[in-house]
Parts: sequence; structure tokens; C-alpha cells
Amino acid sequence: MSDEMIEIRFHGRGGQGAVTAANILVYAAYKAGLWGQAFPFFGAERRGAPVMAFARISKRRIRVRSMIRHPDIVVVLDPALPKLVNVLDGLKQGGVIVINSPSKPEFGEGYRVYYVNASKIALDLNLVLAGWPLVNTAILGALARPLGFDIGIIEEAIKDYLGGSRGEVNAKAARRAYEEVKILE
Amino acid sequence: MSEGRVKGKVLPISKPCVGVAGKTGSWRVMRPVYDDSKCVKCRLCWLYCPENAIDLNEEGGPFIKINYDYCKGCGICASVCPKNAITMVPEG
Amino acid sequence: MVVKPLTGNYAAAYAAKLSRVKVVAAYPITPQTTIVEKLAQFIEDGEMDAKMIRVESEHSALAAAYGAASGGVRAYTATSSQGLLYMHEMVWWVAGSRIPLVMTIVTRTLGPPWNIWTDHSDIMDQRDSGWLIMMAEHNQEVLDETIKMFKITEDPRVFLPGIVGLDAFILSHTTEPVDIPDQELVDTFLPPRRQPYVFKPGDSLLMGNVPRNLKENMRMREDIHNSLEAAKKVIEEVDEEWGKLTGRRYGGLIECYRCEDASHFIVGMGAWVGDMREAVDSLRTNGIKVGLIKVRYVRPFPREDILKWVVNAKSVIVFDRSVSAGSAGPLFLDVAAHLMAAGIRVPVKNILAGITGLDVTYEDIADAVLKSVAEVEETGKFSRFIEWYYGR
Repeated sequence: MSDEMIEIRFHGRGGQGAVTAANILVYAAYKAGLWGQAFPFFGAERRGAPVMAFARISKRRIRVRSMIRHPDIVVVLDPALPKLVNVLDGLKQGGVIVINSPSKPEFGEGYRVYYVNASKIALDLNLVLAGWPLVNTAILGALARPLGFDIGIIEEAIKDYLGGSRGEVNAKAARRAYEEVKILE
Repeated sequence: MSEGRVKGKVLPISKPCVGVAGKTGSWRVMRPVYDDSKCVKCRLCWLYCPENAIDLNEEGGPFIKINYDYCKGCGICASVCPKNAITMVPEG
Repeated sequence: MVVKPLTGNYAAAYAAKLSRVKVVAAYPITPQTTIVEKLAQFIEDGEMDAKMIRVESEHSALAAAYGAASGGVRAYTATSSQGLLYMHEMVWWVAGSRIPLVMTIVTRTLGPPWNIWTDHSDIMDQRDSGWLIMMAEHNQEVLDETIKMFKITEDPRVFLPGIVGLDAFILSHTTEPVDIPDQELVDTFLPPRRQPYVFKPGDSLLMGNVPRNLKENMRMREDIHNSLEAAKKVIEEVDEEWGKLTGRRYGGLIECYRCEDASHFIVGMGAWVGDMREAVDSLRTNGIKVGLIKVRYVRPFPREDILKWVVNAKSVIVFDRSVSAGSAGPLFLDVAAHLMAAGIRVPVKNILAGITGLDVTYEDIADAVLKSVAEVEETGKFSRFIEWYYGR
């Protein structure tokens, strides 16, 4: 990681845990000796509606609090979202996309794409809530790759945040996604 | 939109319109699918739908019509149907 | 001491718990809700020995907390926006009766139209009431200042209630690392509760009855004013003491950033002060000697502290996130009045930005300051004293 701040935007649906993923990332960053900041899109969340969450990571204490307009990394929790919203909006040239996708996604030239079938991982581990696979922790495992984070730190942060057996199984999901994620340059 | 202009004043007014939040059908992850052959016309789905996204057809043909532009896929219709005439299937 | 990533709201809840608040009374409103949810959870889990009074409105929330505080315990409430307006009558009663009590205001704009985003209209609407009012820049400051506010408000030189403000969402719902002090440390820091009188069964006392002597009534108002003036010293003492215990000193009523050799000064308060720091750094890189005065306490108003810095300045630019419609931004009005009263002739300008929650970036702030400084450098004055800034 460079001295510069890394800005990340999460796209999910209300209820999928994008905000929780951003919060866990702050835990992980802190464990890695970095400063982190996470915030939801400032508005009402509604189950199923496309929502966003944001995170900043830096070696220095983060002072800025405005919206993230030009993220370095975009994380997509739901494979159907790119059809509903422009997940590439403002993404920097050469930026990174981390997406939950069963197959190779198409984003055109100029991006580094990391994809993993996080839904399958969640279903395999019986991570299901109200009928939805809980993919937010698996996607964090995939995100560890472009961030260059030790997966052990992500696992630890998940266990700390969720606690108990929930923490254990979610950490397992992150580890699997970390191992299974594929990269398109 | 929450603002309007009247006689040069910027005001917090607007006209009621369809779908202020857009077509909320895009929020759906599970899709209700209707089987007319099982329907006994009890109208419970129509009564319970919180989005008013089920229309009744009293003129013959399939008895209900689901408006997929606004159905959010909550599954209440499938849940209240006494004959399992509505099933929820993954979207897409 | 343990460092935990916390939202601003959770930082407020932890502070209330660590201050051994005995009564919480609140009514939920976005974006305040998660403070009270967290406190309810602390109480339910047995981590906090307090009573949660569930009320039907914000007016009753403060009335209940006020009743508990009058009875001799630390009481706490939190609200926002429309809820605060509904509570406003009680805001004056608590200050007027000189009962120390701490309230968190998660600042949110006022309707219509319905809008949940931040500006400072709600908190600035309370500034004549006699409460101490401060705004935090980050979540650590929310936690620190909430604990400190109990000590400041319960000091016999003060005996007034206090508000800790934090911006909706950009602090209240933003997670960042916060150092949570040990209970033992807070117990050492906070003395047992002190207050001017206590309502006790069997000990008859009247409060607030019709005055027989209006001079005495007017003196009550003057005493509130004088006690707020006296609070300035208490705020500084408590800041120093907390700094010795935790290593975190904020500087009392204001905090300065790169002011030492500054020719032009920005004045602001709340979460966007962080963005202002970034703007100052970027302007400095371009050779513009800008300093930042962060107003921590708006009541009592840090007159002496601000005047000391700007006495030889080339210009002062005050950012307000609310407006006293028909006049100017309230922070600007205070700064301008005290400059004038002290005979300091320096060009002053008011930039109104971020009102109704409009997002403001550090580039926006730098842009607005750069243009203002350029004008004053060229002409020696500002052509207009007020600017509504909507972004670049």
C-alpha cells in the first residue's frame, strides 16, 4: 500500500451487509496498523434496494469526511447490480473491481477485476439469513487480495466483530473466497 | 423531487407521481410466480400485498396479475396463499 | 484503555456509560437512534446500572431526564432536528433551573422538506438558552467531550446543562478507531455528582414559581450569562486534566491549526473541520498562509481566544453550516460582533455552505477560501460579506 489513501465503494442491496463489510474492514485495517473510516450512504436503507457503503484506509489518521466520488476500488456484493446501477461511476482508471459473480464478468478494458462466487461459498457454509446468502464476509476475503492484506487479519477482524460461532463460520467464508478468487488483468 | 418553483420562489412542493423511488421491482431478489390452475380466487394475496402490486381480473383468464415493475419480492403473497398457487423463485 | 472502531453514536453511548449515568430518557429519531439503542443494550446486558425511561416524545424525554437530575443523579438524553425543536421548551427550563445534565445532539437539518442530513440549524437554534454547547470534529472527541461535559457542567462555578453536538452521519454513522478509557480512569476523573440543590422527599422546595421581584428574576438571567463566562476557565482546566490522564488535549474552547504564522484565518466547527485541515494544507502548499480556528465551544463563545489570533490578520473567513435567515450565519455574527466590539478592523466574510446536508469536499473549501483570499489581497476588503457556496 502506498502512502496515499485508498478509497473503496461497496455496492450491495439493503440487507446484504455492505455496511457491516465496510465496518469490519476498519477493524482489519486497525489490526494491520492502519487508520480506517467506514460510512454508509447517508440515507434510508430499504431491503433489496441498491445501496452503497464506503471505506477509506490510510497510514495516517483520516481527516476528510466528504463523500467518495473517485474510488480506487469498487466492491460489488450482488452479481445483478451492474445491470441496475453504474458500479463503475467515478472509478479511477486502472481501478479495481471486486465482484461476487458465478462466472467471468465483463467490464471492458482498463480495470483489474477480481471475481469469486461468494453466493456459493455462503450457501455451502449455510450462511443464509431470511432466504438470502450472506456474502459480505466472503467478499472481504476476496478484497484482501487487491489490498494486500494478510487474510489472517481479515479472519481475526470478522471473528472480533461477529463473535462466537458466527464469527468462525464467516471467517471460514472469507478464507475460502481469498483462496478461490480469480483475477482478470 | 421535493422542490418546485412558483412565481420565482423555490418551494418544497411537488406533484404526486408514480414511483418516486423509481421502479422498485429492481429491489427484488426472489420473484413470485403465479399458477392460475391452483387459484381459488380467495383474494388474500391482493389484500395482503403491501405494494398494491397485484391486480384482480374478474373478466376471465388468469385471476391475478402481478405488477413486476413494482413488486419488491417480499413473498407475503406466496406466504398467505392457502393453495400454494404462488411460489417464490430466484430472480434472473 | 482499549481501541475499538466505533461510530460517533456508539462513542456517545460509551461515554454515557463510563460517566455512570443513572437515568436515560429518550425518544428515537434518525440519526440519534443508535445512541439510545446501544445504551438500552448496555442496560439490558447488565453492563450499565441505569434506568431507561421510554417516553412518548422528546419534550417528555428531556422532562424526565431533568426530573431525574433534579433528584440528584446523572441523567442523559439525546436527540436531533425536529425532535430537538419539540424539546425546545424544556431546554430553557433545564438551564433556567441550573440543573446540570448532558445531552447529545446529532445535528440534522430542519424541515420542510423532510431531510435527514447534517447541518447545524438545530443545535444553533439552542444557543440563547443558557446551555454549554460544543461541536465535535471526530468520534474520539465525541467520547472525550461527553465525559468531560459531566465534570464541567457539575462544577459549582458553572451549574448549567451541556450539549455535545456531532454531525449526522458524517460522524454519527461513521466508524473509525476510538480509544475507550478504562472505567477506573473515568471514575478517578469524575467526582461524585454535584448540583445546586436536590429535590428530596420530606424536604420541601419550590422551583420556578412566579417571581416576586423582577430585578431578582433578571439577575437569574445575568447569573446564567456570568456562569457561562466562568465556564471558560473550567473548560480549560478540565481539558488539561483530561489531557494529563489520556494524552488528549484539545486546547479548551478552540483548537488552532497552522495559526502561528497565518495571515488569513478560517473559522469553522463540527465534522467538516477535518476537511478544513486538509484544505489548509493544500492552500499552504500553494503558498497561501492560512490558519484554521476550530470552534469547539460555541457557548460560552470563545471571544478572547479568537480575538487573540486574528488581531493582526489580513482577513477572517467564517464558515457556517446554518443561517439566521434575514441576517447571516450565527458563527459569523458572533465573530463579527466581537471583532467590532474589540475595535479590531479586519475584513470578515461569511461563507454559507453544506446547509441541508449538501456534501462539501476539502477542494470546495480550498476553492472558496482561495477566491476570497485573492480578493482581499488585491483590494484589501471583501466586496460582499456573505456568500452562499454551492460547490465548484
